[in-house]
Amino acid sequence: MLLIKCPWCGERDAHEFSYGGEAHITRPENPDKLSDEQWADYLFMQKNAMGPFLERWVHAHGCRRWFNVRRDTVTHEITAVYKMGDRPPERTA
Amino acid sequence: MKKGLKKYSLFSLVRNALSYHQHWQEAWRSPEPKKAYDIVIIGAGGHGLATAYYLAKEHGITNVVVLEKGWLGGGNTGRNTTIIRSNYLWDESAHLYEHSLKLFEGLSQELNFNIMFSQRGVINLSHNLHDLRELSRRVNANRLNGIDSEILTTEQVKALVPIINTSPRSRYPVLGASLQRRGGVARHDAVAWGFARGADARGVDIIQNCEVTGIRRNGAKVEGVETSRGFIKANKVGVVTAGHSSVLAAMAGLRLPIQSYPLQALVSEPIKPVLHTVVMSSTVHVYVSQSDRGELVIGAGMDAFQSYAQRGSFAVIEHQTGALLELFPIFSRLRMMRQWGGIVDVSPDASPIVSKTPIKGLYLNCGWGTGGFKATPGSGWVFAYTIARDQPHRLNEPFNLERFTTGRLIDEHGAAAVAH
Repeated sequence: MLLIKCPWCGERDAHEFSYGGEAHITRPENPDKLSDEQWADYLFMQKNAMGPFLERWVHAHGCRRWFNVRRDTVTHEITAVYKMGDRPPERTA
Repeated sequence: MKKGLKKYSLFSLVRNALSYHQHWQEAWRSPEPKKAYDIVIIGAGGHGLATAYYLAKEHGITNVVVLEKGWLGGGNTGRNTTIIRSNYLWDESAHLYEHSLKLFEGLSQELNFNIMFSQRGVINLSHNLHDLRELSRRVNANRLNGIDSEILTTEQVKALVPIINTSPRSRYPVLGASLQRRGGVARHDAVAWGFARGADARGVDIIQNCEVTGIRRNGAKVEGVETSRGFIKANKVGVVTAGHSSVLAAMAGLRLPIQSYPLQALVSEPIKPVLHTVVMSSTVHVYVSQSDRGELVIGAGMDAFQSYAQRGSFAVIEHQTGALLELFPIFSRLRMMRQWGGIVDVSPDASPIVSKTPIKGLYLNCGWGTGGFKATPGSGWVFAYTIARDQPHRLNEPFNLERFTTGRLIDEHGAAAVAH
């Protein structure tokens, strides 16, 4: 079981949440000027990191708000939870 | 078969029985890696070993090494639910998976290794009107592609699977099904072992416990791979590492349209034969078959979040056993013996990538997601062609990496007989 600490509701079971995948993928500012390669990169290409990974979650069966999480994809340990729009906190370890 | 490989036969069984089975020849060698090869294949799972086998057999290229960081066939090859079928909706997929199924049909004889391929039929259930419409569309598409596929009524399903619950009062009643009679199961380990033995006999080196730690390139060209046992030079490198494809691609400076998720399966205690076909349902989401040992082999969906840990959440097991009991109330007292997870490489269109890459000499075989086992021989066959000739075969040409730029996706997400 994965416990996720929602910034608004506190620690809850992962199944109250929905997954949003890789965080900090910003929508291109000038979509009209993008090449096909740039579109492909924005839409499809993924870090898919093994180890610490910045990802988005939404508390779907709770407050329904989005937030970011830094989670290790091998151990599932969550080392940071921070709000949308914030930068990831500095790593302490 | 070459190089003094002894053929398995009734006579060899008798001969070895006389010496108390102490002198069986090793199925494959464990040589020291050479400093250079024509081709390096990363990953000794079914797909990687099949690639090496067909490189040697179809293209006469035997100066090949298969590198494996763990043990042979210990990844998704040994973790799937062994289902084989080719009833895919889109032409591109249908042709590729049907090619694979045809290779499976002659594989035990060809490899002189019993892969226990059992064409017991694969049933895909429908539980609502939408399911039924999609099902008849897919069955018709399959037939147009020359793939055996038929529609079953509820009564016909019950006749084939007497223990299934077909009560109209159940929450998700069985309204019909598709059946591919040529589908079935095979012993997954044996597929890997058979290909390993066949490749080894033709001169391919298989190196286990040898992890690739880097891909060396000179500009846009591959020069070889760094491994835990030193540098190995090669002008062609094929990456066949399933859930770890992104990690390997990153070593070459590439990002892939791949996400890695855990997919679980479990087996029950062995019971007498009660289930003679493979039964799948994408609506209640479970699939089940009975192994030759009598265990039920049960699978379903993957976890909801990305992970490289080879284990999954309990809630997924809870969901799939719930679905299983809805269909088969008779299993309610069964105990489960083992449960495990594998890391699957999911692509945006749920179709594989078997392709050249922007880096010369680097080839990619990944994105098989939750359904790669059935493709093992076909995947190796087309990948060997692609590497040997530096151009894709017409069967895997649509499954290129550029499709994510051109937009020519092969969207099997909802289209495949799911439980993909």
